[in-house]
Amino acid sequence: MSAATPAAAASQSVLDVTDFSVEFRTRAGIVRALDRVAFSVGRGETMALVGESGSGKSVTAYALLGLLDAAGRITGGSARLEGTELTSASPAALSAIRGKRAAMIFQNPRAALNPIRNVGKQIGDVLRRHAGLGARAAAAEAIEMLRAVGIPDPARRAGAYPFELSGGMCQRVMIAIAVATRPALLIADEPTTGLDVTTQAVVMDIMGRLAAETGMATILITHDLALAAERSGRIAVMHAGHIVEDAPTKTLLLYPRHPYTRRLLAATPTAAGNLADLRSIPGNLPDLRRDDLPPCRFAARCDRRLPACEAPMQWRELEPHHRVACWNPA
Amino acid sequence: MRGLLLRLAGSLPALVAVIIVTFVLTRVLPGDTATYFAGPTASAESIAQIRAELGLDRPLPEQFWSYVQALVHGDLGMSLTTGQPVLTDILARLPASAELTLCGLLIGMAIAIPLGIIAAVRQGSLADHACRVIVTAGVSLPVFFTGLLLVYVFYFLLGWSPAPLGRLDAFASPPPAVTGFYLIDAALIGDWETWRGAAAQLILPAVTLGLFALAPIARITRASMLAVLGAEFIRTARASGLSSRTLILTYALRNALLPVVTTLGMVFSFLLGANVLVEKVFAWPGIGSYAVEALIASDGAPVQGFVLTMAILYILLNLAIDLVNRALDPRARHT
Ligand SMILES: Nc1ncnc2c1ncn2[C@@H]1O[C@H](COP(=O)(O)OP(=O)(O)O)[C@@H](O)[C@H]1O
Ligand code: SF4
Ligand SMILES: [Mg+2]
Repeated sequence: MSAATPAAAASQSVLDVTDFSVEFRTRAGIVRALDRVAFSVGRGETMALVGESGSGKSVTAYALLGLLDAAGRITGGSARLEGTELTSASPAALSAIRGKRAAMIFQNPRAALNPIRNVGKQIGDVLRRHAGLGARAAAAEAIEMLRAVGIPDPARRAGAYPFELSGGMCQRVMIAIAVATRPALLIADEPTTGLDVTTQAVVMDIMGRLAAETGMATILITHDLALAAERSGRIAVMHAGHIVEDAPTKTLLLYPRHPYTRRLLAATPTAAGNLADLRSIPGNLPDLRRDDLPPCRFAARCDRRLPACEAPMQWRELEPHHRVACWNPA
Repeated sequence: MRGLLLRLAGSLPALVAVIIVTFVLTRVLPGDTATYFAGPTASAESIAQIRAELGLDRPLPEQFWSYVQALVHGDLGMSLTTGQPVLTDILARLPASAELTLCGLLIGMAIAIPLGIIAAVRQGSLADHACRVIVTAGVSLPVFFTGLLLVYVFYFLLGWSPAPLGRLDAFASPPPAVTGFYLIDAALIGDWETWRGAAAQLILPAVTLGLFALAPIARITRASMLAVLGAEFIRTARASGLSSRTLILTYALRNALLPVVTTLGMVFSFLLGANVLVEKVFAWPGIGSYAVEALIASDGAPVQGFVLTMAILYILLNLAIDLVNRALDPRARHT
């Protein structure tokens, strides 16, 4: 996938990722978790990153923000956040960017919050670090943030601990922590997994509203195609550490071109299911520790495979803003 | 507060059990108190007379009943060796033991907690290896051995520390008793000479206990810190770009301390046990050495009083740990 041409208009883009590769050194060998990943997200845009579990969505997020554990490292490529190169930034520089210009929220919000610190202080900690506020101002602003994410009686709730709040409330607190400093980019990694349907909608509404208000770019990581269909303007499909297709949401849902995308859609009738149970796609993700990974990592599972598929992979721009990494797209 | 009272009430059965067990034990243990006190040349009549005086000839339930009745009135019986009420003896000696044990615990904590934190934050570093060595050594060295070794090196070979003979030099007089802790009482009246003397006597036995306490505290600190550093909320804190200072001290350490506090309670009760040997080695006039001497003399009342005191200390200790836990952990306040 060399010479990647990100689909979003470059002038508007908040994040430009090109040829981004990540490896993990493990005892069992080198895991090539991401291989030349490329995408862009523009101001105010919500891009969904979808793919079955283990395809590399979380690794993408962690690697971008410098949160990989010691075994993982970025082996190539570039990731520019509003012009700042992230791949070569020092740990100190990254820590100054995290929570200020790029923030992240996680699934399982209750575990993602400090259990013995009240939520007001947890929001305040970010403000004190990045907005230069004193303790008192940070506490006041934290209450405003709680109000902004729709938590009733915010002044009282600021003194609450995570175990005293529902999962949905905790996720609102997470959002408040993430957007407190008005970041340019928000990465939400499965933000609604584990929440009930009504709460999912509320949480997504809050994120959508805040993004619209502040022009924040959002990467919505999910294995739930229905959620992606409903909440994103564009979808990038990930498979085994490759982005295989990237198109505006409507186009992707109506005219999927990559065999993997088609299978995903077929496996989720009317796009109303999710990808947690993908048994209808034969085969597994390839073992990413193999040295002889084929150029197309979907080849072993693909029914459209041609001899030509052995050639090094290249992006094909099928129409403006719709690209696919496949030698024989449908 | 109600939870605390409930806990206190919940420990009453244990206290009753301790009272019964100590009573039975002192009656069942080999060695006959009357024979011991009558002396080697005593006749059978004089032994019987002493037995009757001590009430040892009455049936066990009756003896137990009068024992409990006395307990309720705060009467722990008389020590036949010192000729004093056991309660008086124990109250006089308890501060010596408490000062020693607390100092030992503080020394252990002061070294073990930072060591455990550094070992966890910098895995594989020198501190991590040191932590592992200390944990292994601490587990395998018996406490009387470390005590004797320290005396041998620092008193006998180097001559740096005074003779291991009690809390103060024989010619010095103790500070006026306020807390019974020499270090505190001497500091209160600004008598730094006595303070230094007491500290010099205290340091070796306290270090002995500290070394004993080091291993479990360091191990649990390291393990708990490692577990917390891998927790999801630490990932959130890192994703928020919080400084490593806030991350480690405010986020990780405070959470990691919860299991450490619980362990401290256990370590403290181990220390109370280890105290008995350390007090013997250093001729420390505490309740441990008191109990040992009484045991050798088959003097039942002090032994009973000692075990009872330990049980009460243990219950108070657990209560204190509960309080600290409640202060640290909001979740504990709600149960
Ligand atoms: N710490 C790690 N060590 C080794 N391999 C890892 C590690 N983290 C992730 N991986 C690899 O990266 C792949 C992608 O993981 P992940 O990004 O978590 O998938 P998902 O798309 O479900 O978020 C996994 O299949 C796994 O093999
Ligand atoms: S490149 Fe070939 S093997 Fe890979 S998905 Fe396309 S058709 Fe299938
Ligand atoms: Mg994931």
